[in-house]
Amino acid sequence: MKRVPVLALVLWICLLFYVGIWIFLSGFLLVKVEVNRSSSCKDELFSKHDSSHTEHFCWSEPRFKRAVILIIDALQFDFARFDPEIKDPRHFQNKLGVLSEVVASRPAHARLYPFRADPPTTTMQRIKGFTTGSLPTFVDVCSNFGTNAIQEDNLIHQLGQNGKRVVFMGDDTWENLFPNQFHRSLPFPSFIVKDLHTVDNGILQHLYSTVESSDWDVVIAHFLGVDHCGHRYGPDHQAMADKLTQMDQVIRSVIERLQNDTLLVVLGDHGMTDTGDHGGDSQKETDAALFLYSPSALFTAGQEKALQEVVPQIDLVPTLAQLLGIPIPYSNIGKVMVELFALGSPEDQSAQERRQAEALWINANQVNSYLDTYSLANKDLSPVILAHLKDTFLLAAAEYKALFGVPLAGGPEHSSRVQALIATFQQYLNQVRETCQASWARFHPLRMVAGIAVLAAACALCFITSDFADVVGASYRRLLWIPVVCGAVAGGGVALWQFVTRSEVDVLSSLGMAALVSQLSFFWNFCRRKATRVFAHNPSDLLNAAADAAQHRPALTWPSVPLVIFFLRCASLFSDSYVVAEGRVATFLLSSLAIYIPVQLNWAGRLLLLFEAQKSTPTCLPPQPSTPAASSSYKKESLTLLGCTGFLVASLYASHSFHGCRDEQGGCEPSAFLTPLSGLRDIQLRNFRYLLSVSSIIAWVCLVRRWMRHYGNMNSKSPAVLVARFGLPLVAMFVCLYWAMSSAPYEGFGNLQEVVKLALLVFPRAVYVLFGLGVAVVCWDPLMVFLKTRKEPATSLLPPTYRASTGVSLQAELQHLIPHIYQRMRKSLRAGEREGAGREDDGQPTVEAYGLGTVYSAPLLLVLALLGLVLAMLHPEGLMLSFMLLLLQACAILHMHSAATSLSTPGSRAGCFSVSWFAVLMWGLAATQFFYSTGHLPTFPSIQWNSAFVGLSEVHAGHLAPALLVTLNTFSSQILFAVSCPLLLLWPLVCESTKAGKRGRRAGEGEDREEAVMEMRLRENPDRFSTALLQLGARYLFIHGAQLLASVCAAAILRRHLMVWKIFAPKLIFEASGFAVTSVCVLLGLALVMRVDSAVSDWFKRLIPDHSR
Amino acid sequence: MESLPQQPNYSYDIAIEVKEKVTMKDIEIKGMVSAHCIIAVSIVMATIVPAVLLDDFSVYGTHLVWLYICTGGVAAVNIAIYTVLGVSPPAKKNTLSHKVTKVSKSCLYFMFSCLLFHGIIVLYGAPLLESASETFSFAVLLSTFTTLRCLCILGPNGQAWIRVFSRNGAMSIWDTSLQITTASSVIGAWLGAFPLPLDWERPWQVWPISCTLGATLGFVAGLFIAPIWIHWHRKQLTYKSK
Repeated sequence: MKRVPVLALVLWICLLFYVGIWIFLSGFLLVKVEVNRSSSCKDELFSKHDSSHTEHFCWSEPRFKRAVILIIDALQFDFARFDPEIKDPRHFQNKLGVLSEVVASRPAHARLYPFRADPPTTTMQRIKGFTTGSLPTFVDVCSNFGTNAIQEDNLIHQLGQNGKRVVFMGDDTWENLFPNQFHRSLPFPSFIVKDLHTVDNGILQHLYSTVESSDWDVVIAHFLGVDHCGHRYGPDHQAMADKLTQMDQVIRSVIERLQNDTLLVVLGDHGMTDTGDHGGDSQKETDAALFLYSPSALFTAGQEKALQEVVPQIDLVPTLAQLLGIPIPYSNIGKVMVELFALGSPEDQSAQERRQAEALWINANQVNSYLDTYSLANKDLSPVILAHLKDTFLLAAAEYKALFGVPLAGGPEHSSRVQALIATFQQYLNQVRETCQASWARFHPLRMVAGIAVLAAACALCFITSDFADVVGASYRRLLWIPVVCGAVAGGGVALWQFVTRSEVDVLSSLGMAALVSQLSFFWNFCRRKATRVFAHNPSDLLNAAADAAQHRPALTWPSVPLVIFFLRCASLFSDSYVVAEGRVATFLLSSLAIYIPVQLNWAGRLLLLFEAQKSTPTCLPPQPSTPAASSSYKKESLTLLGCTGFLVASLYASHSFHGCRDEQGGCEPSAFLTPLSGLRDIQLRNFRYLLSVSSIIAWVCLVRRWMRHYGNMNSKSPAVLVARFGLPLVAMFVCLYWAMSSAPYEGFGNLQEVVKLALLVFPRAVYVLFGLGVAVVCWDPLMVFLKTRKEPATSLLPPTYRASTGVSLQAELQHLIPHIYQRMRKSLRAGEREGAGREDDGQPTVEAYGLGTVYSAPLLLVLALLGLVLAMLHPEGLMLSFMLLLLQACAILHMHSAATSLSTPGSRAGCFSVSWFAVLMWGLAATQFFYSTGHLPTFPSIQWNSAFVGLSEVHAGHLAPALLVTLNTFSSQILFAVSCPLLLLWPLVCESTKAGKRGRRAGEGEDREEAVMEMRLRENPDRFSTALLQLGARYLFIHGAQLLASVCAAAILRRHLMVWKIFAPKLIFEASGFAVTSVCVLLGLALVMRVDSAVSDWFKRLIPDHSR
Repeated sequence: MESLPQQPNYSYDIAIEVKEKVTMKDIEIKGMVSAHCIIAVSIVMATIVPAVLLDDFSVYGTHLVWLYICTGGVAAVNIAIYTVLGVSPPAKKNTLSHKVTKVSKSCLYFMFSCLLFHGIIVLYGAPLLESASETFSFAVLLSTFTTLRCLCILGPNGQAWIRVFSRNGAMSIWDTSLQITTASSVIGAWLGAFPLPLDWERPWQVWPISCTLGATLGFVAGLFIAPIWIHWHRKQLTYKSK
């Protein structure tokens, strides 16, 4: 059996997928590390050695005491402009007349700017942007995913720190982002996009009275009407005109009420496209309006320009901070708007310039210290550029000190130097922003396309491997090693070339190149192989082809309906509603598939349920069953199939009761089983629930053990059997004890609290240790076979042909001998199953092996049982029921699969181990379905963080172990289904025993062919076995890989969708990590089966010399 | 020597028989077209007539009323047509008591199939308790489109039903049409569930309107597809008599 090539091929496919995901994500996800430090007024501007300077980070005399900030969501710049030339204005044009009126009448007091936001242009990201002054990205790697609150230093935080009373009203997103940071807060629901007026009217009820009162320093009002109107009707609609006119009135009324010490800021957080959407990076989405006004003079008169330059959104942060006299937020990378600081009489230009330089100096200082901190935390900014920036800053700082450090000043030379300094500072800040933007805030379309290409090619490769597994399996050298070498050479070549020309290596591009080249090489070789195959008459290939032809494709292999259902499944990932309802969608499709199978079999005339009365219509009958015994076994099989289908559909329905709820699902109640027992007040209920969990864990253990005993795997004294006998119940007991301890209320124990704490650590650790031991033991000696040797002389049983070949090498001996031993084995096997050593067959078996029929599946099942218990321990106690349901449902699917296989391919299945698509698809859908039924959702707040510290002390746990535990918890369903994937191949063979046993008993004992050979069939065809394993792994990976591809495409195509950062991107992350976990577990499962296979080979080798002696 | 002249005669007989069969089939197809047209018209009438007669009737607004009228209309027309055509298998005994048992058995089958459909729909994700009457009405509608026609064409004979839904099981063009209409109404209902999760908030997305509409449209489509398909494949279709 080829073990290494199969594993290598699957691993290679996995690696191709990983490279594809990585390239795509590096172009799609904008990653930045959050720095959780905040500025304060006491931060010193100069290094400590310069004690001569006592300048502070804040100005002692702020320009404004108070500010009113009106945020009009989605106020595009075109909405705010007033152009009297337009004769026939559209609905969104010329409605905000107040802005231009004020600018025209009081040029020193007001100004209107285009205000450019950074993508993603969604409200939450934008609020983060213009309060922290940073570029918020999708994955703000921060200490806690669980809360939405902004962790970075921000304006609201600084206002609160410096004693300003902030009053907020409007969009309730703010309340989530800044919990408990407002002096007064009046949030209104933002989620109902159809509702144009609730938020705005709610604000208007309070806005004027608040502004007139004196109980505030900063008022923030966030209007949502314009945005909702755009989403609902688009910008060019009468409703938009009404809304904008209303906003015009609001601004007028607020201006009337302002006092001299107050600044008015009107801003749009982002724009909108012509269809009213936003989220992307087109100019209509990014360009909003910014309007500044104050009753006291803001600008130097006579400096207004005809065409205003565009103001980046984050520039508002340092500007507002300095105008209000608070420190600039620590993570800000914006640049102050200098024209606001050029105050004073026009004649005193040096004073103006001094002010401006000072503002820029404070700003640059803060940015510099932020860059220092950030480059320590993360290396994603290029060190070359950082060093250059640092140099610029140091030069400018020296110049600043030289100019303003000494009190005397004056002269034209001085003035020109100040102007040059101002320009240098501005240039520095611009460069910083551009550097950061390039790294944090831009999609890379090229990388996204390349990633999709690699993924699509990997999917195609996976499909080819699965469908032509025999071809691929026959020529690993051409189809595996050559592509791998080609890819490695190409990747290395690109890397070398980069190193030579640019002396730095871009890992992504060389990896992408390697992946693409190796894929192309695979396809090229495959096409050539297929073309030559017809003519080459390679004997082994011909044999395979003949076998394929003889085995006319079984009724269910070619996926017509399964393909449609799989297509629907992938298509559902493109709709936000379907992603929200994904748990139900997966269940719906799975039950459709389950019901389709008996219908299809009936259609093909294979479902022999009620046909015995109709023997007169032979056309309806399959040609195979002629004896009544066979027919009755068919009937039994059909009944099993129907029963399993019914059970499967019912358990799918039951699994709904474990679902959690997303924010987007209105009127949804999360499952009661998701609350941990310690959260239950009612003692009766708590005890009942605990008993329920304990009984299901007992059922779990008993079922597995019963299965093993039934197939004779519990007889020997091998270590693996000991694990099954003692380890499994012990693990279950510890899990139960742990649950008991963790669900007990703390106060109930009084003095024993220390003991409880200790127990909470000890029990899970015991479980981990036992699990590790168990898995190690199973890997070391996976055979659960009990061997019983008879006293009869072994030599007498060996046929003379063997004697004749004694002189040949041991290898040849083995090849001759093994089949003979099998014959004995086969005969004795059934006796072994019945566990009746007394009831002998006619022949005189020399060796009886108990449990040889399930030699592959028993260790796999044992590992799965242990793994399932560990995973269940990481979940809330109530979900043990769900795990039990998972086990039963997996059983039902396996039984359906084996019944359908044997019904659709009548006759002997020897040598054909192909697992049909529908079974693999059901397996994959069940993995998705149980992701939801174990209470998980593809959103970050729904991750079950409690599992991170099961069995770990929270103080010194490090990062790795909690991350591993959370991964295990989140993807437990994917893990279980992926590891158990080889069962799909083994189960039909296991199930063969019951029916073959009956058939054999009636047909007479003499026929070897009718004997239950079960999994020994696999041993007899090692090449087909490895091919089948390869095919199974490739099919399962294809199912998940195609879903991943669909998810990736959905995120790429819908990257301007309103819900991309809320639904699609998290879904993509979960899908990608789920795929990674799945693929690793598929590899582990395959590796375990192969380990068993090698152990079986060794066992036979040991056995045969014993008996030939 | 005697058998020689008979041989051409024999094949001639076969030719006549085949021709007769084909013409028989043509007549039957024509009958089927008219029968199906009447059923389709009954569905259209069930939508139009109440809209004219009743004041505030609309398919979405008063969906259940439409559902009941449609179900009743289709059921009545189906029973009437198939009784008139005499498609159902001839009874062995034509006594009154036999007829009574047959009718009562049919009613029992129908009730059972309604309950079965209800159960399946709930298992597919319909709400269990709230709007149970809507779900049951939908089950009745589906039963009318599928089970009732089975009862009319095959009689209350479970084995015959199972036989009909296998590849070689059809014994007359009515069986084939039964296969097509049943499959198309079930698939229609299945497809009708697809718009349910979408957030378009249209009136027809309310449970179970899209599913009932899907089933009805599928049924009507099946009614038209069946004769066309049979006509198209009339050469390939050979039915074995019992």
